Amino acid sequence: MKIAVLSGKGGTGKTLVAVNIAAVAENAVYVDCDVEEPNGYLFFTPELFDRKEVSVLIPVIDRSICTLCRKCIDFCNFNALACIANRMILFEEVCHSCGGCRIVCPVSAITEKEKVIGHIESGVSKNVIVKTGILNVGETSGIPIIRELLNENENDQRISVIDCPPGSACAVMESIRDADYCILVAEPTIFGIHNLNLVYELVEQFHKPHGVILNKCLEGENLAEQFCAENQIRILGRIPFHQEIGMMSSKGLILVRENETHRKFFVNLLNKVIEVIQNETITCP
Amino acid sequence: MIIAIPVDKNEENTTVCMSFGRAPYFMFVDSESGRFEFAENDAAESQGGAGIKAAQFIVDHKANVLLTPRCGENAAEVIQAAGITVYRTNGNSVKENIADLKDHKLTLLEEFHAGFHGHRSNS
Amino acid sequence: MKQLLVLSGKGGTGKTTVASALIKLMKASVFADCDVDAPNLHLVMQMNSQPQRSDYIGLPKAFIHEDRCIQCGACTENCRFHAIRFDSVFKVLPYACEGCGVCKAVCPVDAITLEYISDGELLLYQDFDRIFSTAQLKMGSGTTGLLVSKVKKQMIQFAANDSVAIIDGSPGIGCPVIASISGVDFVLIVAEPSISGISDMKRIVKTAEKFQTKLMICINRYDSSIEKTEEIENYCMENKLPYAGRIPYDEQAVKLINQGKTIVDVDCNSGRALRKIFVKVMAFLNENNRIEKYEN
Repeated sequence: MKIAVLSGKGGTGKTLVAVNIAAVAENAVYVDCDVEEPNGYLFFTPELFDRKEVSVLIPVIDRSICTLCRKCIDFCNFNALACIANRMILFEEVCHSCGGCRIVCPVSAITEKEKVIGHIESGVSKNVIVKTGILNVGETSGIPIIRELLNENENDQRISVIDCPPGSACAVMESIRDADYCILVAEPTIFGIHNLNLVYELVEQFHKPHGVILNKCLEGENLAEQFCAENQIRILGRIPFHQEIGMMSSKGLILVRENETHRKFFVNLLNKVIEVIQNETITCP
Repeated sequence: MIIAIPVDKNEENTTVCMSFGRAPYFMFVDSESGRFEFAENDAAESQGGAGIKAAQFIVDHKANVLLTPRCGENAAEVIQAAGITVYRTNGNSVKENIADLKDHKLTLLEEFHAGFHGHRSNS
Repeated sequence: MKQLLVLSGKGGTGKTTVASALIKLMKASVFADCDVDAPNLHLVMQMNSQPQRSDYIGLPKAFIHEDRCIQCGACTENCRFHAIRFDSVFKVLPYACEGCGVCKAVCPVDAITLEYISDGELLLYQDFDRIFSTAQLKMGSGTTGLLVSKVKKQMIQFAANDSVAIIDGSPGIGCPVIASISGVDFVLIVAEPSISGISDMKRIVKTAEKFQTKLMICINRYDSSIEKTEEIENYCMENKLPYAGRIPYDEQAVKLINQGKTIVDVDCNSGRALRKIFVKVMAFLNENNRIEKYEN
């Protein structure tokens, strides 16, 4: 069972929800796909047992074979190659690793080598296996890391909680690819609603069953509730704004491991989600 | 010698463009004859590696000198490998910069900013 | 024109809250929202005019022409981005396609073309006294730095004479952030005093330092953890990073933002703290630096 946690906007509490849901499950895997700014491991402080580098392939041009015909430069849509003073130059960080230059070279002067763009750390924190994807600073795309994380997780039968990157761009779409259910975390501000809308459209497009958790709820009018009502989106739960929660989170504490009330809340939440997934399977096989 | 300058418009009184890689046009001036011409910069619309493509462009146009307010390190690598000297422009008047170059009033551009690291479609 | 960019690394730290207030205090007539994935600034800036809209064409996407396809599978085999799936017919998943052209190159029967489609929309608001440039990326599109560059270009094009332009940046450290930093004179980082906020702040500082822009750090909601606030302040001292000040958590701020107002529109705690930060920012911004000034 794979549960993805998303939010249109950063800072709504996506990691808070993802981390705590994983922590209350009997035996779970927490997968951090927010590879630009991974945060879950800060809460779990897992004991690491594995580290795997993730790399992409970049071209290597053999000068002794290269005829400087420039077919590779013409082909490259990303302008990663240049020819100066009879010498080919490759700009690694601009290269998208598509392999096209190698294919179009008429004299087979191009081979490929691996370039590390980040890594995956695996660790354990009590009942949770923690998988964290980390993109190296300066690299532009974390998608290969997300893909690797999900490939590793594909056949895992345990409850997997996928902490997605914020927003609704394609890194997010990649992250939810195997999800059986999507939890959308929203905050009751105009920014929150505006961004909830984007991510709601995304899960609808991918036909993923979904529900909303309202976080940082204050007294009074809650714009997010209205939005959900208008669009008939199921509200799974409401987390009130409590300085205490903020304080514990700022220290990297996992709520459900500190406090019984919070534990009950997240256990209920997880059970609700499991129930919905099972029902969905019955009604839409 | 041929002087290359990134410019905002393809007309004589144009201003120096703040960006090198994405300048809409390049102006090429022959310092001896004073003749000049404009060329559209195809690199401007690139998803990524604009500086590299623009640098290749001015190299292919046989520029000897480049006058620009700033330049990325990737473009700089291309330009320097080709033996082109890069000067920092002063103010945005093309005419004044060319005059300053003649009078040796321009300084070499020595700091190149970090690469404009490509434009991944899926980040 | 000088450009001031507000970044944070972590989302939700208050970038837009700070940027909108700075716009008000500076009486900036030129500003932009480079968080093209989830733009928010327009919700607070209350522009009067209808924006000029233009389509943003991103990377081309591959398209397989079913009638020509002989289903040899060469495209899928060679696609590095897993963007081609077979489901009775071979189809390209547009959100995964990076527009590299490899499938087109390997197709033996020329059944694949690269098509340019709209990936989003550029918006330009022109009130008589203010220019606001922003964009909205289509859901699922690639967050390309090119759109961010276009937002900035639009802003500069229409506002060459103004003194300071303020840019609301995007979270993260990737391509759109890097694109927004390019050419900017000053970066103000809004940090959150929490374990994840600090981790993200360090990564964005590292990213910004690669460019030779001036950098300054401020802390938002500092009272949510005095301990972490002090950690950030020490970090700034140890690393000689200019520190602009700190803003307390303020319930008034939330209410104001929800009403589409900035925190300096009304007298409140956060607004007062931000005014002090504003003074420091202006002083630092106006120090002589090596970056050319364009006097018009």
